[in-house]
Amino acid sequence: MEKVLMIDYQKCTGCRLCELVCSVKHDMVSNPARSRIRVIKWESEGLYVPVSCQQCEDAPCMNICPVKAIFRDKDTGAAMVNYSICIGCRSCVAVCPFGAMSFNPLEKKIFKCDLCNGDPQCVRFCSVKAVDYVDATKESLIKKREAALKISQAGKLGAAIQYEG
Amino acid sequence: MALDRKIAYIDLSTGKIEIKPIPLEVRKKFLGSRGLDAYLLYNHTEKGCDPLGPGNTLLISGGLLVATCASATARTHVMAKSPLTNMVGSTNMGGFFAPELAWAGFHHLVIKGKAEKPVYLWIHNGEIEIRDASHLWGKTTTETQWSIREELGDEEIKSAVTGPAGEKLVRFANVMTGIKNSGGRTGMGCVMGSKNLKAVAARGTMDIKIAHPIDALEYNKQFIDQITSAKVNQTQGALGTPFIWGATNCWGGVRTRNFQYNQLEYADEVEPESIDEWSKKSCGEYNMTACFGCQVHCRAKYKIPDTPLAQKFGLVGKYDEGPEYTSQGAFCSEPGCTKLDTLLIGNHLVDQYGVDNLEIGSIISWAMELYEEGILTSKDTGGIDLRFGNDEALIEMVHHICRRDTWLGDVLAEGGIGASDKIGKGSFNYLVQVKGMNNLHSDERATPALALNVATASRGSDHLRSRPAIDLYHLPQDVLRRIYSSPVPYDGPLSSDQREYIGKPWQVFWQENCYMAVDCLGICKYHTVFLGATLPNFEDWPKVIYYNTGLEMTPKEIWDVAERCNNLERLFNLREGLSRDDPRKGDTLSHRYFDEPCRRGALDVIGATIDRKKFKKMIDEFYEHHGWDKNGIPTPETLKRLGLDKEPSHIL
Repeated sequence: MEKVLMIDYQKCTGCRLCELVCSVKHDMVSNPARSRIRVIKWESEGLYVPVSCQQCEDAPCMNICPVKAIFRDKDTGAAMVNYSICIGCRSCVAVCPFGAMSFNPLEKKIFKCDLCNGDPQCVRFCSVKAVDYVDATKESLIKKREAALKISQAGKLGAAIQYEG
Repeated sequence: MALDRKIAYIDLSTGKIEIKPIPLEVRKKFLGSRGLDAYLLYNHTEKGCDPLGPGNTLLISGGLLVATCASATARTHVMAKSPLTNMVGSTNMGGFFAPELAWAGFHHLVIKGKAEKPVYLWIHNGEIEIRDASHLWGKTTTETQWSIREELGDEEIKSAVTGPAGEKLVRFANVMTGIKNSGGRTGMGCVMGSKNLKAVAARGTMDIKIAHPIDALEYNKQFIDQITSAKVNQTQGALGTPFIWGATNCWGGVRTRNFQYNQLEYADEVEPESIDEWSKKSCGEYNMTACFGCQVHCRAKYKIPDTPLAQKFGLVGKYDEGPEYTSQGAFCSEPGCTKLDTLLIGNHLVDQYGVDNLEIGSIISWAMELYEEGILTSKDTGGIDLRFGNDEALIEMVHHICRRDTWLGDVLAEGGIGASDKIGKGSFNYLVQVKGMNNLHSDERATPALALNVATASRGSDHLRSRPAIDLYHLPQDVLRRIYSSPVPYDGPLSSDQREYIGKPWQVFWQENCYMAVDCLGICKYHTVFLGATLPNFEDWPKVIYYNTGLEMTPKEIWDVAERCNNLERLFNLREGLSRDDPRKGDTLSHRYFDEPCRRGALDVIGATIDRKKFKKMIDEFYEHHGWDKNGIPTPETLKRLGLDKEPSHIL
């Protein structure tokens, strides 16, 4: 069964441990600039949104690559980069709708999430499960269940958010 | 070697900037952050220097493990001579600043002199620039941070700033980062203000090398599991530090009405569960937020509710984070207030002004007692009815102190001892302070070990320097023995009874070294033996240090570093006039601890006081454990043993 990275931004505490472990796992150093996943923040509202590759089915990065350096990993379903073919033109960076394709100016290489070959470290370390790795078929059912719970509770509590003091 | 890290010397008077590596032998002696800062402070200030003059040196640092693959290495340490206590000034905050500073290429900043006009430092990938900050002067702590991002065009910049309170030289002004992460003790924001330094902004995309990356990654997982499996941290993760206030208030361990009482009654609205309910109502179900790399996530989000008080001060709907234990102390128990909106408004104001909530709450409550006793009159307060329980008066005084715009506000901004000198009339006797700094809003009359901790803490009364908090858990003897007899052997007495005096000096001594070690490593105290007995300590740190930095240290060597650094802070305080029994500068407690019994709380708390004779004996023992003489001065043998006999040595 193919698994997908499921991000629920509301659960994110903004700690950025995912960025740290991603760079350590892939590049053997601590440096969020090298992380495949990034937490985008609006601190003044307490809003944090982890952003990573969605491994699109009809992937713009794959479509636009002039040398066909991006291919699908048959085990994980991740879009992968063949660095022996890649020419570093950054067309994929420009076209990705999520900003998930990055460019490392030091090594002159593009980089993206490879799902850590099926054991994504961001998921392993995220104790609140803002980032999870689930069966592709279950993703929407999990969200439906969470939404259903909210709907059922809304009926019990009433919609008004009022401070009584 | 992974440990290739830099220190920068910045002279604001001349504009000269010098960058040096941190030698390995210095690391082995002082590890980093607070320990190395203590060395730098002792070496870069002259005896008796004016804390608000150009001769004071401001140190900003991350720990040995900052930004590495170790749990919660988020802490930023800031040190200088304190304008509040005239002794060691030291404060420690979470957030994201120290890791960003590390990725920008620096672990320690030594800031000297005084800028002619307002400036800020811009630190970016190994480069440091002193920039004009005239346009930032007067801005609140968050306005300053967002303005810097806008000016430099980078949303990822992290800044450590001082707010309007620091500009006005309020002696207990904070260094702040993010929404509410506060370097909130001993007035380090005031030192920034005195140097015309509005902010230090950092942004980095440089690598921090990890000595053994995969081992570090794997061990970190284990380390985090150990930390998050503790029940106390799970509760912290749900309710934050208010849970500690709630638990402590239950049995009567919370300072109330300036120490007249030890429990806040009718507190339902400000109990942790009530705060949590409002936090979730105003910010959603997932209401907790975290510092860098931390899985405890102990900080709640909230918006200020629509109430008459919030309307009066124009704060309805403002976003903030917390409140913490100290805000419950500052805006509830100490001033005798019981309303949630007062708590959330007060917490927001101290964050925006950048001022120590603990100190401001205590000093206003002290003024309230003086007002009720007739020592301060309504003429002194400018017509404010400054009695206990007056929510509006409390919030008004926060404004006046931070702006110094009334006589009383200006006087109280001088801190407890400074203000009592100006007010006179026996006002000092009502002050609950050690070395010029107010106590945490806990009441230690029923817990001798905790009383010893506040009396002897190096930065003045403080719970984060040596408090054996687990003393309250009645842990079995063999558990206490396991914790407290390593890494150095101890076969003296240990008692599971929190009311006892016996064995407590050793616990305080052990915790003092434990907390210094944590502060050197740059990790949070919730990740060591502070609130939980099962959390990592000396035995667990060698691996995390080795995998991340390559530095080989035994538990005993880490202990030695901690002891060395604690002695350096002691030497600094002695140089600045610490004297054992001096009520202003000594290892002493307010007479109220000995003379006024607890009036409320559990049966074993009501009536409790600290016994003078037994307390004196505890101090004697505490000094003996350190290798200090009867006056609390390290003996020549102790200094030699710790390699401090040639200080100041001016290596760095």
